[in-house]
Amino acid sequence: MHRKTIDVWVGLFVLLGLASLLFLAFQAGNMSSVSFGQTYSITGRFDNIGGLKPQAPVKSAGVVVGRVSEITFDDQRFQASVRLDMDTDYKFPKDSSLKILTAGLLGEQYIGIEAGGDDKNLAEGDSIMRTQSATVLEDLINQFIYSKAAEGKEGSE
Amino acid sequence: MSNLVEIRDLHFAYGERSILSNLRMDFPRGKLIAVMGGSGCGKTTVLRLIGGQIRPQRGEVRIGGEVVHQLDTQGLYRLRRRMGMLFQFGALFTDLSVFDNVAFPLREHTDLPEELIRDLVLMKLNAVGLRNAHRLKPAEISGGMARRVAVARAVALDPELIMYDEPFAGLDPISMGVTANLIRNLNDALGSTSILVSHDVHECFAIADYVYFMSAGKIVAEGTPDELRISEDPYVKQFVNAAPDGPVPFHYPGKSLADDLGLGVRK
Amino acid sequence: MIGRLLGSVGSLVREGVASLGFAVRSFFNLLRVSPGAFRRPGLISEQIHFIGNYSLVIIAVSGLFVGMVLALQGYYTLNQYGAEQMLGQVVALALVRELGPVVTALLFAGRAGTSLTAQIGLMKAGEQLSAMEMMAINPLQRVLAPRFWAGVVAMPVLATVFSAVGVMGGYLVGVKLIGVDEGSFWAQMQAGVDVRNDVLNGVIKSFIFGIAVTFTALFQGYQAQPTPEDVSRATTRTVVIASLLVWGLNFVMTALMFNK
Repeated sequence: MHRKTIDVWVGLFVLLGLASLLFLAFQAGNMSSVSFGQTYSITGRFDNIGGLKPQAPVKSAGVVVGRVSEITFDDQRFQASVRLDMDTDYKFPKDSSLKILTAGLLGEQYIGIEAGGDDKNLAEGDSIMRTQSATVLEDLINQFIYSKAAEGKEGSE
Repeated sequence: MSNLVEIRDLHFAYGERSILSNLRMDFPRGKLIAVMGGSGCGKTTVLRLIGGQIRPQRGEVRIGGEVVHQLDTQGLYRLRRRMGMLFQFGALFTDLSVFDNVAFPLREHTDLPEELIRDLVLMKLNAVGLRNAHRLKPAEISGGMARRVAVARAVALDPELIMYDEPFAGLDPISMGVTANLIRNLNDALGSTSILVSHDVHECFAIADYVYFMSAGKIVAEGTPDELRISEDPYVKQFVNAAPDGPVPFHYPGKSLADDLGLGVRK
Repeated sequence: MIGRLLGSVGSLVREGVASLGFAVRSFFNLLRVSPGAFRRPGLISEQIHFIGNYSLVIIAVSGLFVGMVLALQGYYTLNQYGAEQMLGQVVALALVRELGPVVTALLFAGRAGTSLTAQIGLMKAGEQLSAMEMMAINPLQRVLAPRFWAGVVAMPVLATVFSAVGVMGGYLVGVKLIGVDEGSFWAQMQAGVDVRNDVLNGVIKSFIFGIAVTFTALFQGYQAQPTPEDVSRATTRTVVIASLLVWGLNFVMTALMFNK
C-alpha cells in the first residue's frame, strides 16, 4: 500500500481516538463543569465533614459556584479545615455561612453556601466562621431513639 | 596476490562440541573460492565467523587486515556494508516486492534519490535476468528466481566480498547452471572476492579458482579444481566420485547390525 | 529423593528468574534502539495501520455489545432499588475505568499480539532478520522497535474508542430501548465520571497495557525456534502471558488509582 494512503488511514485512526476521548471527557465526564477560570480561595472550619471529598461542589441556591480543593486537619483547634476555590464571578458577603449537605438521601456530600447580610464581600484567604457540620447518620438515629424513648416515658407517666 | 580474508588458527565450539579446529584459509582478492564438504562439516559456520555473526574461541578472521571479532558494533556494521551475503533459500523480505527487496540496502545505506535507485535496482535485476519481474512478490516467484533476486540484493552495493551459502541447494539443472554462471560473471565484473559454500561438486569445480575441502571441522584437502580431480586423497576421491562409503561413513556410529539382531558370537 | 525434588524446583525457579531477567534486558535493548526508530516515523505509522486500524472493527463491535449488555444488566439490578437514573453513570464508569482498557488489551493480545508473534517468528525462521543483520541493519531497530511503539500508540486509541462506543451502546439500550430518562442518563453520568480520575486513569491503564502486551508479543516471536510447532506455541504463549500481565497490572493500577 502506498505511503500516502497509509498515512491518511493512520491519521484518521488517531483522530478517531481523539474524538472518542473528547466525547468521553465532555459528554460522559464532568469536563464541562471542572474548569472555572479565575478562582479565589476561602477556608471554612467544620467539627465534622462527614463524607465530604475534594472536588465536591460548592452550591448556592442549587447552582455550582465553587469546588472543594483541599481538606486538612487543624490540630490546634481539632477541627477540619476545608479550602474552597470560589468562582470569581460570584461574590459572597463576609458573614455567609457554610453547611454540609447531602445530594439525595444517601448521595454525595457537597457544601452549601448561604449569603449573609454584610456589605463587605469575601476576599482571597478569608475564613468563614459560621459552619454547620455534616449530619452523621448514627447521631440522627440516636436522637430518634432517645426522642422516642422520652415520648414513651412521658406517655407512661 | 594479497588476501582479502585470512583465517588463522581458528577454533569454534558450541559448549563442549567442537565445530571447527585449526582452520587456516586464505581468500585472495578477485578470486572465487569454494568451501566444500558434507553436511555438518562446519562450512556454514565459517561464513558466519567471517560475517561476524559468531565469535571464535581461538584464532582470528581478518578482513582487509581487521580482526572481525575485535570490532565494536559500529565497526562491524561498517565492515558488513562492504559485504554481500546470499542466504540459503534467499531470505528475501516476504512483505516487500522484488524491486523493494533489491532497493532495500540502497535505501538504508545511501542517500541516493529514488530515480537513481530505480535505475540501479533495475540494472542489478537485469544482471540476474529478472528485471521484468520487479513488481512481483517473493511468494509469486519460484525458488530459483527468489535465489537470483537474493543475489541481486547481495550485490546491490557492489560489495568487495560476496558470500554464498549453498546457492545451488534444491535447484533444477537449468537454474543451477544459470546461477553458477551468474556467480562467476558477477565476481569478474565487480572485481570482488567470492566465497562459495556448497556440496555441489560439478558446479563448484566449473567456476571456482580454488577449493577447500572440509570434514568434521578440519580442512582435509585444498587445491585448484584440476588438482583435486586427480587427487588420490581418499576423502576427496569419495566426495568427487560420490561414493556412498569411504572416509565419511555411511552408517551412524554405534552397535553393529549383528549385535542388534542378536546374531553375535555366543559367549 | 527429596533432595532431587528440591533441586529440580530450585533450578526451575532459577530458570524462571533468568528468563525474566533476560526479558527485562531485552526490553531495555528495545528502548535503547528506539531513538533510531523514531527517525523513521513512516515505519511506525505503517505499523500503526496494520496493528491499530485492522483491530478497529473488532474493538468497536465488542465495545458496542459490552455497553449494551452493561445497560441491560445494570438496569435489572438498579431497577430493584429505584435507581434507574444512575444507569448512565454505572455504564460509563464500568467502561472507562475497567472494561475499556482491560477488554481492549485482551482482544488486542488475541488479534494483534498473535499476528505480531507469528510474523516475527516466521521472519526469524526464514532468516530475514539474519539477512538484515548481514546488511548492517539492526533488526531490533528496523523491525521490532517500530512495531513496539505502534502498539503503544494504538492501544490507548483502541481502548478509548471501545469505551466511547460502549457508552453509546449503553445509551441506545438504556434510553432508546428500555426507556430510562435521557436527561438523567447523561446528567448522572457527567456527575459521576471525573475526567481526571476516571477517563485519564483509564487512558494511563491502556498505555501501560500497550507496553506490556506489545512487548510480550514481539519477545515471544523473537525467541521462538524456527519450526512451525514452536512458532505456533509462541503465539499461544503470547496470549497467555499477555493476559496474565494485563490482569496483574490492572489489579495493581486499580489499587493505586482508585483508592478514594
